[in-house]
Amino acid sequence: MNLLLFSLFREKKRRRVVELTEKMVVDGGTGTRCEWEGRWNHVRKFLERSGPFTHPDFEASTESLQFMLDTCKILVIGAGGLGCELLKDLALSGFCNIHVVDMDTIDVSNLNRQFLFRPKDVGRPKADVAAEFINSRIPGCCVVPHCKKIQDFDETFYRQFHIIVCGLDSIVARRWMNGMLLSLLVYEDGVLDPSSIIPLIDGGTEGFKGNARVILPGMTACIDCTLELYPPQINFPMCTIASMPRLPEHCIEYVRILLWPKEKPFGDGVGLDGDDPDHIQWVYQKSLERAAEFSITGVTYRLTQGVVKRIIPAVASTNAVIAGKGQNPGIVKFAYIPLNNYMVFNDVDGLYTYTFEAERKENCSACSQVPQDLHFSPSSKLQEVLDYLTESASLQMKSPAITATVEGKNKTLYLQSVASIEQRTRPNLSKTLKELGLSDGQELAIADVTTPQTMLFRLSFTS
Amino acid sequence: MAATKTSKEQRYDRQLRLWGDHGQEALENAHVCLINATATGTETLKNLVLPGIGAFTIVDGHTVSGEDVGNNFFLSSSSIGKNRAQAATELLQELNSDVSGNFVEENPDKLLDNDPEFFHRFTLVIGVQLPESTCLRLGSVLWSASVPFLVCKTYGLIGYMRLVVKEHTVIESHPDNALEDLRLDQPFAELKSHIQSYDLESMEKKDHSHTPWIIIVAKYLEKWLSEHNSQPPKNYKEKEAFRQLIRQGILKNDNDVPEDEENFEEAVKNVNTALNPTKIPTAVEDLINSEQCSNITSQSASFWVMLRAIKEFIQSEGNGSLPVRGTIPDMIADSQKFINLQNVYREKAMQDAAAVSKHVECILQSVGKVSCKNASFLRVVCCRSLAEEYSVDSVNKDEITSYMDSPDSEMVLYLMLRAVDRFYQQHSRYPGVYNYQVEEDISKLKLCVNSLLQEYSLNVNIKDDYIHEFCRYGAAEPHTVAAFLGGSAAQEVIKIISHQFVPFNNTFIYNAMSQTSATFQL
Repeated sequence: MNLLLFSLFREKKRRRVVELTEKMVVDGGTGTRCEWEGRWNHVRKFLERSGPFTHPDFEASTESLQFMLDTCKILVIGAGGLGCELLKDLALSGFCNIHVVDMDTIDVSNLNRQFLFRPKDVGRPKADVAAEFINSRIPGCCVVPHCKKIQDFDETFYRQFHIIVCGLDSIVARRWMNGMLLSLLVYEDGVLDPSSIIPLIDGGTEGFKGNARVILPGMTACIDCTLELYPPQINFPMCTIASMPRLPEHCIEYVRILLWPKEKPFGDGVGLDGDDPDHIQWVYQKSLERAAEFSITGVTYRLTQGVVKRIIPAVASTNAVIAGKGQNPGIVKFAYIPLNNYMVFNDVDGLYTYTFEAERKENCSACSQVPQDLHFSPSSKLQEVLDYLTESASLQMKSPAITATVEGKNKTLYLQSVASIEQRTRPNLSKTLKELGLSDGQELAIADVTTPQTMLFRLSFTS
Repeated sequence: MAATKTSKEQRYDRQLRLWGDHGQEALENAHVCLINATATGTETLKNLVLPGIGAFTIVDGHTVSGEDVGNNFFLSSSSIGKNRAQAATELLQELNSDVSGNFVEENPDKLLDNDPEFFHRFTLVIGVQLPESTCLRLGSVLWSASVPFLVCKTYGLIGYMRLVVKEHTVIESHPDNALEDLRLDQPFAELKSHIQSYDLESMEKKDHSHTPWIIIVAKYLEKWLSEHNSQPPKNYKEKEAFRQLIRQGILKNDNDVPEDEENFEEAVKNVNTALNPTKIPTAVEDLINSEQCSNITSQSASFWVMLRAIKEFIQSEGNGSLPVRGTIPDMIADSQKFINLQNVYREKAMQDAAAVSKHVECILQSVGKVSCKNASFLRVVCCRSLAEEYSVDSVNKDEITSYMDSPDSEMVLYLMLRAVDRFYQQHSRYPGVYNYQVEEDISKLKLCVNSLLQEYSLNVNIKDDYIHEFCRYGAAEPHTVAAFLGGSAAQEVIKIISHQFVPFNNTFIYNAMSQTSATFQL
């Protein structure tokens, strides 16, 4: 698996397609690059010199550097802690055509590690400011910002990139991206066309811990193959929050979940905004009162904010390490065998790294192409199917929409995201599968935020 | 514009949750020195400036080259020809106005010649891409002055860090998976009477199902001890029997079917850890029996004074045990039962802390804040000096040869770095810098490797592939490796400054080819 070869191969194929179909447009983004003597000396040594440990297919030449400077197009998803580091690392490694996607704006609490932003930038879109900074600091580099959600783009956008690097902060987004790249795969006579593979490099950090992984869609383990590796979010049981709190966190959750909707302290329909200090102050005061009732100590403003916003502690150093690790497969290690394929890092006690090969799951719901079976009895209610989709460790869907073809017609069985349809289809949840007209072997099409494509499931009746 | 407290708290919020306000204060009172503003150096500093280190000073006599600008985010092409320390300071300073940035346009060797005490003022010194001779000279000066020294080097795809600190004390090591301190094997008086206040047999269902598992285990342990000659369950068979005993205590409904009592499930699940005998961790035992602890003088750091006080506590009020930590994990229980139990442990911990404080007072008049709850997690890191590592008499041959049993272990990379240093000493340049040199330098580098192994009588074999690879590197400093090392180095610096979390001891090697790393004690 040589990433450089992939990219070169794909690039050659893309060029041929463009040549054949339309007049080729030369990307002049790096026109006046303001080169100076020795600029790429550090990088050249790896691309222009052969060595005993390089990939067997690697050939040292000046072509690789030119490819990186002129043609290679990289997409960075997220311009936050990891994103800033990734943009810098890519730009200083010779990549000049970079796109960055991030829908967020800059917050003061970002400034301790997202070094492309300054106090004066607070409130501005991250993608814009990040691109501006890199383009001005690294002459010739052209970072194109997109202040959008990843879901705002379709295959035509993603197809243009040679490599995609993620610095996301949500598992849902990662899965969506994973699904998108899987949907781009082309199979000819059942054989995967390697030029349709876009490598995905994903990383994540939390405090002093982090991980980086390389995914070759269709070939290596994908995000969904290893879904069980992601720790489940801590949600306290309602009875504890409502009547038997023990920890300061329970008191804060009580105010957030139960008291706020009841008292509507800032008006009707005004939701709790974790970024509004007045809101947090209110929650904090009420949490103190709640805690006092039960003689619980430990409620602080900082804890309140942390619980409400589900804050994850973060520092510059861990992000630098993970970006550096994730980057290596992408650039300098273009010539070597890339990270195979999942690496964890922890520097609480000394420095600890561990690399292992995450294995593909045979029946992965995202990448295995094995039709997913749903085993239910015909007398099971639709609600049970919904519960399975959301609670199963391997699926972990968020708000699945279920449709089926019944008597030749496409029927929406349940959909949550549109209020009117949710209301209309809600009664279906308490109907049995038989009552809904579903038969054994029937296909159900299920859509969810965790995947850009609809997933097909096969209903398999148990007696 | 001076930053107000709240805006600084907002800015540093995400890191304050890791090392607290006191850790941040230590960081803001620190002044670090960076020698050589190469990519590795500036990346390290960036990760210290962003979290708000008090001050930094860059010492660098080089002028900026085109090559430097190519891999360094904190140098711009307009600074080519200017002094590198100055150029880098400008762009690093710009990251955070809370930080004070300084530079000295000087070669460290010159400073060592004329004013070695220059380095005494720093909290810590970071030496990047230093030739061996400078490194050893600096190491010796800093060792005598007890200034921590972190050596960093990015060489091709290899990252290297060496920590040199005589004695580094860690009060808050923040271990990832610490065992609880429940004292069920030797309950203190207040815990005993609290346990006695419960009568499981006569409880109503609601109370029975919301009794903390600690109480449940304690009660059944009492029962077991009375039936087993005061011997607690020891092996797997006995522990299984003990779990069964607890399970039998689950209430049954009218049809004799066991009720859903999650607290009893928790009790069963936690039997193994609950039965762990209360013991002083070996690391702490060693510290207590150490020389620094036995010989307290007016010069002793407060860490040792506290340790001595803890030792005296163990020998008197503690009856052989450390002060009670005072925390319990969360568990199924109603609020009152949980809080009452928690308070039993908390109050005992406060009592023990007060007793330790009394001992501290007796040992020394004025000492800082005493915190006992971390007693089990106290650590001390002592690194060997560079002189010891490099001396033929004290080189750690065993460590080197045992790792070299696997010829591709990261140890071979350490030996190659040493060989490359030797090459530099002999030829005043690194191998393979220019394309035409790569081939011819291979044999020259091989001679350096052999002379190194011979000098230290190291009977190991280094594959030719590595010699070839190190010539190929041509002393390049690829940004991504520098960035990785910069992140790692900065975190170790923060650990040293804050005395929180445990630094590595003492040599770290990162292999960017295979994405592996290793730590050696040399």
